[in-house]
Amino acid sequence: MRTTYIGELEEVILLIVVMLQEEAYGVMITREIEKQLDRKISVSAVHATLHRLSKKGYVNSSMGGATHERGGRRKRFFKITPAGSRILQEIREARSRLWSQVPPNALTS
Amino acid sequence: MSLQGPYPPRWVNTLLRRLCKPHLLEEIEGDLLEFYYEWVRQYGVAKANRLYVFHSIKFLRYYALGPILPLSMINVDVMLKDHLKIAWRQLVKNKAYSFLNVAGLGIGMTVSMLIGLWVWDETSFNTYHQGYDRVARVLQNQEFAGGEVRTWRGQALQLAPGLRDSYGTYFKYVTLANFRQDHTLRFDEKVLTQKGMFMEPDAPKILTLDMVKGTQEGLSEPYSIFLSESAARVFFGNEDPTNQVMQIDDWPGVKVTGVYADLPHNSTFAGLDFISTWALYETSLPEWLNWGNSWFQVIVQVADQQDMAQASAAIKNVKQDRVSEEQGARFKPELFLHPMSQWHLYSRFEQGQNTGGRIQQVRMFSAIGFIVMVLACINFMNLSTARSEKRAKEVGVRKAVGSRRGQLVRQFFTESLMLALLAFVLSLVLVHTLLPYFNDLAGKRITMPWLHPLFWGGSIGFALFSGLLAGSYPALYLSSLKAIQVLRGTTKIGRNAALPRKILVVVQFTVSISLVIGTMMVFQQLGYVKDRPVGYSLDNLITVPVKNDEILSHYEAFRHDLLQTGVVEEVSNAASRVTQTFVTNSGFSWNGQESDMQDEFVTVRVTHEFGKTIGWQVIAGRDFSKDFGTDSLALVINEAAASYLGFEDPVGEKIKWGIHGTYTIIGVVKDMVTQSPYEPAKQTLFYIDFKGPKLSNVAHIKLRTGQGSYQAITEVATVFKKYDPSNPFEFQFVDQSYADKFGDEELVGRLAGIFAILAILISGLGLFGMASYVAHQRTREVGIRKVLGASVTNLWRLLSKDFVYLVLLSCFMAGPIAYMVLEGWLQQFAYRAPLSFRPFLLAGVVAVLIAIMTVSFHTFKAATSNPVNSLKLE
Repeated sequence: MRTTYIGELEEVILLIVVMLQEEAYGVMITREIEKQLDRKISVSAVHATLHRLSKKGYVNSSMGGATHERGGRRKRFFKITPAGSRILQEIREARSRLWSQVPPNALTS
Repeated sequence: MSLQGPYPPRWVNTLLRRLCKPHLLEEIEGDLLEFYYEWVRQYGVAKANRLYVFHSIKFLRYYALGPILPLSMINVDVMLKDHLKIAWRQLVKNKAYSFLNVAGLGIGMTVSMLIGLWVWDETSFNTYHQGYDRVARVLQNQEFAGGEVRTWRGQALQLAPGLRDSYGTYFKYVTLANFRQDHTLRFDEKVLTQKGMFMEPDAPKILTLDMVKGTQEGLSEPYSIFLSESAARVFFGNEDPTNQVMQIDDWPGVKVTGVYADLPHNSTFAGLDFISTWALYETSLPEWLNWGNSWFQVIVQVADQQDMAQASAAIKNVKQDRVSEEQGARFKPELFLHPMSQWHLYSRFEQGQNTGGRIQQVRMFSAIGFIVMVLACINFMNLSTARSEKRAKEVGVRKAVGSRRGQLVRQFFTESLMLALLAFVLSLVLVHTLLPYFNDLAGKRITMPWLHPLFWGGSIGFALFSGLLAGSYPALYLSSLKAIQVLRGTTKIGRNAALPRKILVVVQFTVSISLVIGTMMVFQQLGYVKDRPVGYSLDNLITVPVKNDEILSHYEAFRHDLLQTGVVEEVSNAASRVTQTFVTNSGFSWNGQESDMQDEFVTVRVTHEFGKTIGWQVIAGRDFSKDFGTDSLALVINEAAASYLGFEDPVGEKIKWGIHGTYTIIGVVKDMVTQSPYEPAKQTLFYIDFKGPKLSNVAHIKLRTGQGSYQAITEVATVFKKYDPSNPFEFQFVDQSYADKFGDEELVGRLAGIFAILAILISGLGLFGMASYVAHQRTREVGIRKVLGASVTNLWRLLSKDFVYLVLLSCFMAGPIAYMVLEGWLQQFAYRAPLSFRPFLLAGVVAVLIAIMTVSFHTFKAATSNPVNSLKLE
């Protein structure tokens, strides 16, 4: 039984954070979601979700160096925490367990 | 680079900076900007700008938003908490001081709040009626001999049609009405005496009756009646009274066509149990009534587009133009409108001019309420300034560690506001508890207006005001002190505050003493008037209205039966109650009459035994007697009449009374108080027979002493029931009706007394606090004096004398002030107590005694304390 609930969008963004490795910051994450999942999402929603994730302790963040393309403003890069990794794995295992119990041909297409 | 090329709208950034948490700002702006350049490339500047605005605004969500208040306010919040905490500690530390302050101010507020509620109730009189601004009663001024103008409410019944026909454009509604009377109302077995009026069909609209059953049109049927809700409940319980047939007196049956919600107690028509139709009432009136018989009232509602003053001017001559000479044209009647808004508070007329009325009481009590409040504020200020020296050190320390002046000002105001609010809460509790007693005393039915915004606004504003006022001295003066001087001890705080403080004490006691003198004078006047010889005996005398002709036509048998009961000493009938003889007549002539002696005489129709029943004192001639057949044309007159007529020896002289005949004076009686006890007795004629219209009759019954009054009255009631089985038996004790005459003045006296006591109490509290402060201040001085050999009496006198001097000074100031006010007040009574020196002296002595006792509590304690303790104190 998990004590902390994790939502679908949170799960997706957490995965993307892992996927992007060193490049995980607001703009990149938003673009990845739009590109990979073909899903419209506003950057503010991404920020809010990241904020939630860090409050739950699944990600931590640090500021990068000054950049040219954003008027000298720094980026905030996100990194998954051990707790975050654990929860991703748990979700994955739970899903596989469920999938393994689905009888073949049960899904009609 | 950002200076070249497109840049997102700056106001959006400003908005973000204002509202977002600062540490999130950089990443938010950065990410948005990155997207912005992409949008510019993709869609062009215009759309990019729009998208930028859209997405920025989407960032204004909970997690990103900073605190709503600007940073500087957070500091205030902290300061305020600190102020409150310090204020509370001060309050708890100085329990006695806080108690005196809160109690004094709380009592002051209670008084003003009660008076405020009372004034509100008085000024909102009649506002229940929605036509309040447009409804008026028609009054008339008549001029009498010597240019005296008198104002009457009564009108002839011809006036209403006159107004409707010729002046219809001025008025929306016109209705005739009789004056409220008791009538016997009957439904089946239930018979009750109810107060009712008879009016024309428009009346319910004028009064804007709130109909519970039926409609306002209901009175257009000639034999109909409206009941008040409570009357309907008495007669019909929970059943629907509509269309039930009732009977008023012995008149034809009337159908209930409507029930109206009871009129509120602050309406002229409060307590009106029923309204029936004028058409019905008219059948009971003699046919010969003309313009000269002003027996009724006319109430109008001015038309919507008409002006009240213009309508009033227009109807001036309506009566004059129509009335014949002998019916009253010679009195030059002038009609005018008296607006409903003035009925209650402006009801007195002198020489045809409105001279106020109850409004004077309202003004007087408003003034007292204000004064008491000022006293309480003075107290509050005094106590806080008295303690200011102690606080001066605190100010010095605070300033030394960096307090700014504004913060100190706020600190002191917070403290005084806290006290004021506590006092306000205390006064709310007190008012709530005292209101029933106050209502009882003032004859009101005021309720706490818990839900009235004006009440809350007013009283909270008031609490804030007094808090600010009281806190102003310490806040503004103390905060201006220089830290270094205070801490070094070179400034003597309180020295310069001593004089204003003394002035305040003097003002306080001047006002309190004036109030005490005033109260004593009111009671002295009341006592004086009550002690006035009544001229007849009030004891064991009851009056019973005679409602049935049976009693009059079998009068001798009726009288015999009453005497037979053994509880009755004597019985007689009169046209009106002996305490209320308001029938006047003119048209008398006699030898030696001057041409301008046209004054009316009070005329009282009585039976032979009247004098014996009420116990009047014959000083010349004789009483009526059945032994003389000629007494049917005989008069007994009072002293006032004797001196007005001007006969050397009035007994035996003749007076011609218009067409009624020539009467012989057979006796003179001592003046009796049969009207207002404040007025000299009016010239009065008593006579036996009168062949006029049937007027209401009142039986006067003198009960034997030594009989239980309850038992005696039961016996009397049995006799009445025998002759008049259909009407309920009612009676009044004459001493009670006599006492009722003093109601208004007694109310003034009692209220003034209570306020005077409270004023003294508040002033005493103030003095108590001051004395405690001074005693504390001079602890060491007292110690040294004691060591050097001063006696306790010496010290006590030394410490107390300052205060006693102040109070003495107040006495001398209060004297003339009270004298002037009372002189004016007494002018309104023709029969008044002389202004004597005694109340002035007494009030002064009382004030000084109270002052000495209050002060002594502290001074004596200081004087008897052990000098070792006081000198050790360092």
